Amino acid sequence: MSDAVKSVTADSFDKEVLESPNLALVDFWATWCGPCKIIAPVIEELSKEYEGTVTFAKVNTDENPDLASKYGIRGIPTLMFFKDGKVLDQVVGAVPKGQLKSKIDSLLG
Amino acid sequence: MYDVVIVGGGPAGLTAGLYTARGKLRSLLLEHGLTGGLVTTTEWVENYPGFDEGILGSELAQKMERQATRFGLEIVNGSVSNISINGKIKEVTLDSGQKYEAKSVILATGAHPRNLKVDGEDEFRGKGVSYCATCDGAFFKGEQIAVVGGGDSAIQEAIFLTKFAEKVYIIHRRDRLRAEKILQERAFSNSKIEFIWDSVVEKIAGDTGVKALHVRNVKTDEKSSIDVQGVFVYIGYNPNTGFLAGLANLDENNYLITDENMATSAPGVFAAGDVRSKPLKQIATAVGDGATAALAAEKYIEENF
Repeated sequence: MSDAVKSVTADSFDKEVLESPNLALVDFWATWCGPCKIIAPVIEELSKEYEGTVTFAKVNTDENPDLASKYGIRGIPTLMFFKDGKVLDQVVGAVPKGQLKSKIDSLLG
Repeated sequence: MYDVVIVGGGPAGLTAGLYTARGKLRSLLLEHGLTGGLVTTTEWVENYPGFDEGILGSELAQKMERQATRFGLEIVNGSVSNISINGKIKEVTLDSGQKYEAKSVILATGAHPRNLKVDGEDEFRGKGVSYCATCDGAFFKGEQIAVVGGGDSAIQEAIFLTKFAEKVYIIHRRDRLRAEKILQERAFSNSKIEFIWDSVVEKIAGDTGVKALHVRNVKTDEKSSIDVQGVFVYIGYNPNTGFLAGLANLDENNYLITDENMATSAPGVFAAGDVRSKPLKQIATAVGDGATAALAAEKYIEENF
């Protein structure tokens, strides 16, 4: 895995996600989650395509239960979009790349 | 023109593709989402032979895909909107308008979990409403949840969910379970499980997440509200045959009817896996269907082209 999708924790979440000047996509995942393994390479690809315009991060929900509960995660993968510290939108479940791209494009306006 | 176009990329479709591609037929598989189908919603697969210690559902799906593409199966991401037959040529059309011609078609479109069709179900999907206990159960540690249904899946998943939840209500519209005896015994002896018989869910209520279920007893018409943070829906499956529009004969539940060679009523059109009318829907039976359909398609092409 490259570093394009930054692994963030409760300590770095504010700085990396909430204070990001860009649209930020956070992938909430866990090691035991099958669909998460399917979506991870898709996120990795998107992070390269949108390098510089969108911030990509991932949160391991087992290691960061407080973040998961703060954002009301009830299923993974949950992909949550943030801008200016606020939640703009979310996608639950492994979805095709095209669908994620159009979501990102619409949020970028 | 393709020799075979396969619609659906679960175990049945991927196995059909493995056999046709390996048999040197020009083969295309169309998948609207992610390959693997329902297998990817199962955490561990323990009853698929060859993996003696079990395997992650998603990993099994990826292995099947790699195995099929290694022999030349092409996979295209797209949703099929229509299939028409002109003479012996089948034309498969995607939502995007893209069309593919084929000598034969294998339908492996599977089935999808049935929805409750009540208020709040869509609103709280991923916020407490789930169709996959293995995916989402861990987010309900120490909480109260409900499982709706009375079949094998409902009871098995309810027992699984007691690993996390403090309390698991099983809401069933009858006064007895359809699930197999061994599962029933395990559920009845589990102190975290409480049954709510003869009842249906009428509404899922909440704010940022699920907070309560509005339940009605179908015998007494009595209404009540149950505080839960999650609801897992296991009330069966519906086959993905809506787009076929009369292409081939369906049974009373809209599953495709086939003969023992997986042939549907439309010549050159075969079906495999969960979409087919059959008693047992398992990965092991899906791959068998896929192999049978592939060889039947090959024979059909030899005799007709």
